[in-house]
Amino acid sequence: MPVWLNRQRALLDFALSSLGRRLGKTLGLAVVYTLIVAVLASVMLFSHAIRREAAQVLAGTPELLVQRLVAGRHDMIPAERLDAIRAVRGVKSAEGRLWGYLFDPAAAANYTLMVPADRVVEAGSAVVGSGVADVRGVAVGDLMSFRAHDGNLVQFRIKDVIDNDSALVSADLFLVSETDFRRLFGVPADRFTDIVVAVRNPREVRTVAEKIDAALPDTRIILRDEILRTYESVFDWREGILLVLLVGAILAFAIFAWDKASGLSAEEKREIGILKAVGWETSDVIRLKAMEGTVVSLGAFLAGYLLAYLHVFHWGAALFAPVLKGWAVMYPEFQLTPFVDELQVATLFFFTVFPYTLATVVPIWRAATVDPDQVMR
Amino acid sequence: MLFQPAIIALMLASGLAALLVLASVPFAWTVVRRWNLADGSEAQLRMERRTYLVATLLKIVMAAELAALVLFVFNADRMATLFTGAMCAVGTLKVDPWGFPTLYLKLAVFFLAGCWLVLDHVDNRGWDYPLIRVKYAALILLAPVLVGSAVVQGAYFMGLRADVITSCCSTLFSGGGVTVTSNSVASLPHGLALSLLAGSLAAVLASGAVVLRWRRCGWLHALLSVAAFVIGMSAIISTISVYVYEMPHHHCPFCILKREYGHIGYALYVPLFVGTVCGLGAGIAGWAGRRPSLSTMAPLVARSLAAWSVGGYALFGLVALWLIERSHLILFEVVP
Amino acid sequence: MIHLTGVKKAFNQGRANEFWALKGIDLHVAQGKVTVFRGPSGSGKTTLLTMVGCLARPTSGRVKLKERDISSLPERFLTDIRRSTFGFVFQNFNLLKGITAVENVMVPAYPLGGDHGALRHRAHELLDRLEMGPKAKSMAEWLSGGEAQRVAIARALINDPQVVIADEPTANLDSARSAQFLDIVAEMKRDGRTILMTSHDPLVAEAGVVDHVVTMRDGVVVEAR
Repeated sequence: MPVWLNRQRALLDFALSSLGRRLGKTLGLAVVYTLIVAVLASVMLFSHAIRREAAQVLAGTPELLVQRLVAGRHDMIPAERLDAIRAVRGVKSAEGRLWGYLFDPAAAANYTLMVPADRVVEAGSAVVGSGVADVRGVAVGDLMSFRAHDGNLVQFRIKDVIDNDSALVSADLFLVSETDFRRLFGVPADRFTDIVVAVRNPREVRTVAEKIDAALPDTRIILRDEILRTYESVFDWREGILLVLLVGAILAFAIFAWDKASGLSAEEKREIGILKAVGWETSDVIRLKAMEGTVVSLGAFLAGYLLAYLHVFHWGAALFAPVLKGWAVMYPEFQLTPFVDELQVATLFFFTVFPYTLATVVPIWRAATVDPDQVMR
Repeated sequence: MLFQPAIIALMLASGLAALLVLASVPFAWTVVRRWNLADGSEAQLRMERRTYLVATLLKIVMAAELAALVLFVFNADRMATLFTGAMCAVGTLKVDPWGFPTLYLKLAVFFLAGCWLVLDHVDNRGWDYPLIRVKYAALILLAPVLVGSAVVQGAYFMGLRADVITSCCSTLFSGGGVTVTSNSVASLPHGLALSLLAGSLAAVLASGAVVLRWRRCGWLHALLSVAAFVIGMSAIISTISVYVYEMPHHHCPFCILKREYGHIGYALYVPLFVGTVCGLGAGIAGWAGRRPSLSTMAPLVARSLAAWSVGGYALFGLVALWLIERSHLILFEVVP
Repeated sequence: MIHLTGVKKAFNQGRANEFWALKGIDLHVAQGKVTVFRGPSGSGKTTLLTMVGCLARPTSGRVKLKERDISSLPERFLTDIRRSTFGFVFQNFNLLKGITAVENVMVPAYPLGGDHGALRHRAHELLDRLEMGPKAKSMAEWLSGGEAQRVAIARALINDPQVVIADEPTANLDSARSAQFLDIVAEMKRDGRTILMTSHDPLVAEAGVVDHVVTMRDGVVVEAR
């Protein structure tokens, strides 16, 4: 064992000094390597963080959502359905919600209009998300007006701006009172956008949903778990697409690594020839080169991951945010909660170190199998 | 197919691994037919040098397959949220008939690659490479397993569909969900499982001691290692995991790897895998010792592998014992 | 100690430029003696040394080292024998640039996995004996020809080989340096080592320390005394 350990130590020493002797080449490779790791890691860190954010937001949403369908399209649900739902065993409560989208021509942006359940907004006033405030340049006390469904103007005085904490969902929010909502869109008093249902026993959500479905055949029922699942796979899918697009970059990097490894300088070739002549075995040379590769890989991996961490969690993932968040006029400004996931590190390792290793193994082997008597010729 | 980073990575890894081994097959065939050390020609020398490349590639393949195995299980667990009714990795693997075969093939690839590397390691100690034909014939046999593993995994991932919301109708009825039914392994009686485990561990440790002391009976140790692996896995599923979860009806070989249980599963699996692969290797090295040029080196390799194997199984046994001891669950009443 | 029987060596076998560097050599190298191979360039003396020194395998014929047939050993085992039995001093010294003299001396011992401290100590000792102690920490590329050669000799001796092989050792040295080299050869001989050299240089072939001179031409031995 000490012999084995001593040998590894001696080879590692030599590998480090060998890398140091070719500092320019080593650094060139390391920089490209680091960048590729940083790009891939950014994609992963960002999409993971955003998925967690979404999951956290959804944790506070109702377990069951009932929407009415007319001819396969979502329609306003009559208020009397509330009683029908409340009559189902296992239902704790059922509330109608009012929400919708409003296009603001002045900002060329869509707002999410909502009547909040947990706070009271007086008629004629509104509470807006930070994105809305930014895009329209309004502050508390300012006036905003929109044309209602019948062409009349409806005015709102801004009472409050929601701060950045949960900006991902609140940036485009526009909270109004129930009367204003109905006036703006012409929704009759006995209609709601949808109904949220709370269930007494979380394990019975599915059963309760089935009962509601049987009682109200013209509705569709959405479970929170299913929204969660959909979010999850949508973000997975986006992350996957982005990674596939980046496969080109990985490939280019692999070719670059191959080229660097096979394009040995005359000096390097001479060195390997000397090592073999003075008694190094082919596998010793392969091990030496593998160690050089490991040092570069490990360094680049750590540096790249760190860079990605900074990029995503401190610099707002400026490079990819639009693709991963989805398209919108108003990008929420927000800070993601830093989170590092083992599965991701492992995946990232497969996307970077594995191709690098494979790309360099043949050139290394070729260099290591020069004739030991070459230096004598 | 699910378009997910870990899945892409796994497909990439097994695809490349299969490709590498497949690409070595023509060379392996040449070695089997043409290898002749007495020949001083340059062709023979080139062939000799090429063996270094194949050995290096196999090492990479084995390392990648090991990492892929962990990633696969980890990812299966993570994906459980995507399927109705799937609580953990078992559910994800049962979503599709190809799930468990993929896992088994991955395990097979890992152990076979390990055995090949031991064979290579031993053979390189004999000045006339006495096992080179066996080694390269084995490589030719290894190739279909790797390709099969990659293809089955592909079939599994291609068949995966997440149960997501579609705009046309309520998703309530998008499948009844996966049921994690208890299978025959899980229903193994606890007493029987633990006695079998104790018996097989005792046997494998004893045979390991024989290899260590008298440098013989490596084949027996290898055989008992396989038995100990199978019994060890069954015991984990039927009994040890139950002690970890402290729930009498939760049998799962994967959840013990999770953070909720302090990743304790690794402390069970790593020694068990090390023990098994080294036990198999000890058998191979012992068998190789019958070649004249390996008669001194191979028994030494067999010994050190047996030492690792014994260490692995001993550690596995101790961890299992500790898990049972610290558990609040009581499956057996001690009658005074 | 080393027996060659019918050794032939071909390069670029099976191609248009196929070339037989050795065409059947029978030779015996005695232990503890100094043997010089001489002949014009292209006569095959360096190729012969690579066969003797386990750097390459003969295309046909046998090479026996102390009664062991090594002619069909794979490279892995040839290397093993080479690094414990032979030390090489190359014509251009072939020191590694960018590392110090003492590190150059230590390089052949790295794969053997000995204790690093002891190895460093041994390397310094060897350099001291060759009067290179003060230059031990100099970079290899700053050394003069004679200094570089002495570092190369120290490197050849680091694994304590029985046989030292030197290829054209005096080709890059002036007469005074050459004489100094022959003194070192004499000292190595006194230590009981077998020394094999190739040389054009009459100074070497006629030196008192030399026991045998083998003359070669066109891949065959024409005279051995």
